[in-house]
Amino acid sequence: MGIELKMPALSPTMEQGTLAKWLKQEGDKIAPGDIIAEIETDKATMEFEAIDEGVLEKILVPAGTEDVAVGAVIALIVGEGESGGEAAAPAPAAAPVAALEPVEAPAAKAEKPAAAAPAADPAIPAGTQLVSTTVREALRDAMAEEMRADPRVFVMGEEVAEYQGAYKVTQGLLAEFGPKRVIDTPITEYGFAGIGTGAAMGGLRPIVEFMTFNFAMQAIDHIINSAAKTNYMSGGQMRCPIVFRGPNGAASRVGAQHSQNYGPWYASVPGLIVIAPYDAADAKGLMKAAIRSEDPVVFLENELVYGRSFDVPALDDYVLPIGKARVVREGRDVTIVSYSIGVGLALEAANTLAGEGIDAEVIDLRTLRPLDRQTVLESLAKTNRLIVAEEGWPTCSIASEIVTICMEEGFDHLDAPVLRVCNEDVPLPYAANLEKLALIDAARIAEAARKVCYAK
Amino acid sequence: MRDTILAKKPAKASATPADDADFILHSLQEAFEAKKRYAASEPEMLEFYRQMLLIRRFEEKAGQLYGLGLIGGFCHLYIGQEAVAIGLQSALDSDRDSVITGYRDHGHMLAYGIDPRVIMAELTGREAGISKGKGGSMHMFSTSHKFYGGHGIVGAQVALGGGLALAHQYNADGGLCLAYFGDGAANQGQVYETFNMAALWKLPIVFVIENNGYAMGTAVKRGSAETEFYRRGTAFRIPGMKVNGMDVLEVRAAAEVAFAHARAGKGPVLMECNTYRYRGHSMSDPAKYRTREEVQEQRDHHDPIEGLKKTLIEAGKTEDELKAIDKAIRADVAAAADFAETSPEPGAQELYTDVLVEEY
Repeated sequence: MGIELKMPALSPTMEQGTLAKWLKQEGDKIAPGDIIAEIETDKATMEFEAIDEGVLEKILVPAGTEDVAVGAVIALIVGEGESGGEAAAPAPAAAPVAALEPVEAPAAKAEKPAAAAPAADPAIPAGTQLVSTTVREALRDAMAEEMRADPRVFVMGEEVAEYQGAYKVTQGLLAEFGPKRVIDTPITEYGFAGIGTGAAMGGLRPIVEFMTFNFAMQAIDHIINSAAKTNYMSGGQMRCPIVFRGPNGAASRVGAQHSQNYGPWYASVPGLIVIAPYDAADAKGLMKAAIRSEDPVVFLENELVYGRSFDVPALDDYVLPIGKARVVREGRDVTIVSYSIGVGLALEAANTLAGEGIDAEVIDLRTLRPLDRQTVLESLAKTNRLIVAEEGWPTCSIASEIVTICMEEGFDHLDAPVLRVCNEDVPLPYAANLEKLALIDAARIAEAARKVCYAK
Repeated sequence: MRDTILAKKPAKASATPADDADFILHSLQEAFEAKKRYAASEPEMLEFYRQMLLIRRFEEKAGQLYGLGLIGGFCHLYIGQEAVAIGLQSALDSDRDSVITGYRDHGHMLAYGIDPRVIMAELTGREAGISKGKGGSMHMFSTSHKFYGGHGIVGAQVALGGGLALAHQYNADGGLCLAYFGDGAANQGQVYETFNMAALWKLPIVFVIENNGYAMGTAVKRGSAETEFYRRGTAFRIPGMKVNGMDVLEVRAAAEVAFAHARAGKGPVLMECNTYRYRGHSMSDPAKYRTREEVQEQRDHHDPIEGLKKTLIEAGKTEDELKAIDKAIRADVAAAADFAETSPEPGAQELYTDVLVEEY
C-alpha cells in the first residue's frame, strides 16, 4: 500500500512531457515540499514537489524518458512507519489522461430562457395634471424622491454636492440630504467608481455621477468587471444595485475626447442594464426604476437635452418599466427607431415626411439593454420599412443590432433594406461646420426614410 | 528621531487630515513594536496551527488536482503566506467586519472556516462549488461571512474595499473592511485613488499588502521605486506598519493595533506583511526568476507553520500531538478533493442564470 506519484501536467493543455531528472533516489526519505523531480515540456521546466511524507520506494520511469503521458505512474512512495493507505490521496475515479480532454458539451444543449414580455407603462389616470418639466429637473426629482423613500440611496461624484452638479442635475440635493448622502469626490473616476461599486456590494444603493461618460472610460473596468459580472461569477450571491449616470454623446463644440456615445459599448455587456431616455417623463420614470433595480444600471443622459421641457405627469410615484420601448409617434409607412437625442431628430424628420405624404412611426427604445425587440418587430410588421437614427458611430452600433434583429426575426416583413443613419465614422471635429457635417440631423433621417419608401 | 520630528504640538481633533499637523504616521508601528508578538493561549495557538496547516494541505492538494487536469485556468496557491490570512482574520469581528482580496483567495476563505469541499468543488468547476462552478479559483465569495471575493483584476479589490468601508461608515455598524492586495497590485493607480478618499473620509479600512517579493515574475526591486510598501500611504497621511508576515503571532499582534485604530474612527491603516510564496505565481509559472536556494532558505528558516510548531513544542506539545492534527487535516482535504472530483458539473441551464437579478 503505497502512494502512486503520477506525471503532473504543467498546464491544462499538456498531454505528455519529459522526465528530465530525479532529485531523490530510491530509499530517500521525502518530506512535503521536497523537490522530487524535474519535468520538462517544450515550453517550460517545472519542479515536481512532494506533498506526502514517506520513503521513495521505487522509481518507475527513469530520468531522461521522453513523452511520458500525464497521469502515468512514475514512482511509488511508502509511508514511514505507517501502513500507507490512510494518508494516501484517493485515486481519481477516471483515468487522469481522460480528465485532460475537453469537457464534453452537455448532452442536451441548454435552451436560452425566453425573456418575459416587458410590462407596459402604467396607465396615467384621467385628469392627472401634466407639469412642464426640464429633463434636468425630472432627473433631480427622481433621485430626490428615491432618496426620501430609501435611506440606502446616496449620490457621489465630482461637484455633485457643494457646486450643485457640473450640469446642475443634483441641484438642491445637498441642502435636503446633507453631506453624508450627497458626496463630493476628488477627480478620480476609477477610484470612486470602485468605491461606489463596493458600497453597492456592501448593501447600499449608490448613484454614481460621471461628469460626462467620456470620463467613465477611466472607470469602465469597475462598471464591467466588478459591477456587471460579479453576480454571475458568484453564482448569484453578490448583489450590485448601483446606478452609473451622467451625460453621454456629443455636446456642443467640445471636440473628440468629450463627444462620444457609449450606448453600444455598455449595451454589449451581459449583466448590465443600459437606459438612455429622451424626454423628461421617461427620464424621471426610468431613473426611479433604475435606482430601485437590484442590477447595475448605466443611465445615459444627454447634455443638449437637459434644458428641454416636456410634460411629466404629477403622480406621487411615477415609475416606468425597464426594457420597454415606446411608440412616440404612430405611423403606417416607415418606422424610425431611435433613442436619446436622436428621438427629437426623428420626430422632426417625421413632421417633414408628413408634409410629403409619408406617415412615419417613431420608436424610442428608452432601454438599450435589454432591448425591446418585440416593439421594434411589431412596428416593422406594420410598416414593412425601417430605419435607425443614432447619434453615434455606425460601426458595431445599436443601429447594427437593430438591423440584425430585423434580419433574423423580421425578414419576411421587410419591403426594403433596413438603413441606419448614424454620425460620420470620424472622431468628432471642433470646427462648427465640420461638427455639423459629422452629426446626424433630421434631414438625413428624412432622406433615408424616403429611400426605403422608394419615394422620389 | 521620529519622535523629535513629530512631537511638536499637542494633537487635537480635526475635520480633515490636512488640518492635523501632528498626525503621527509612525504611531501604529511604535505601538506594535512595543508588543510585537501576540500572547496566544495554547488553544488559540493550536487553532492557528490547524488553520495554517489546513491551507497548506489544501493548496498542495489543489496543485496536485491541477496537475491531473481537474482544475483548469489560473490557479494561484497561497503556500508560504498562510500566517498573513490567519493572523489577520483571527482578529476580526466576523459579525461586523468585511474582507476582500484578489485572486489568490483560497487561504482567506479557509481562514473563515468555510467548508473546504465547496471551495475545492469550485476549483474543479462543479455545481456544488461556492459559486456554482461559475466563478472558479479566482472568483469566490461568501456574503454570509462578509467575504466579498475573490477578484481577478489586479488592484480592483482595493477600491471595492473602500466601498465596503464606506458602507460600514454609512451604516455606522462598527465594522471595518480588511482589503488585501499584493506588491504587484500596489503599483496600480486606483490603489492611490482609494488611499486618498479613504484618508479624506476617514474610512474604517485596513489595507494589507501581502508582499511576497514577486509581482508574477518581476522582483519587487525591478518593479517598484519605493520597495518599503508600508511607506506608501505617507503621501495620504495613512499610518504604515511593517510586519513579519511569516510569523502568525506577529501578524495577529499587528492586526489588533490596526483594527483598533480603524474601529476608533481614525481612518485607514496601511500594513505591509512581508511574506513569501513557495510556488510559482500561478500553476503554469515554473518560477525560474528566482533560485532554488532562495526558496529553500525561506522554507528552512522562515516557514510560518514550522515556526509556530517550534513555539508549540517549546510550550509542551509533543510531535505526536501535532502529527495527529496533520493527519486529520489530510483526511479532510482528501475528502474535499474526492467530493470535488465526484460532484457533478453544473446543469446546462445554469448557463443563463444569475446574469441579472430581476426580470425585465
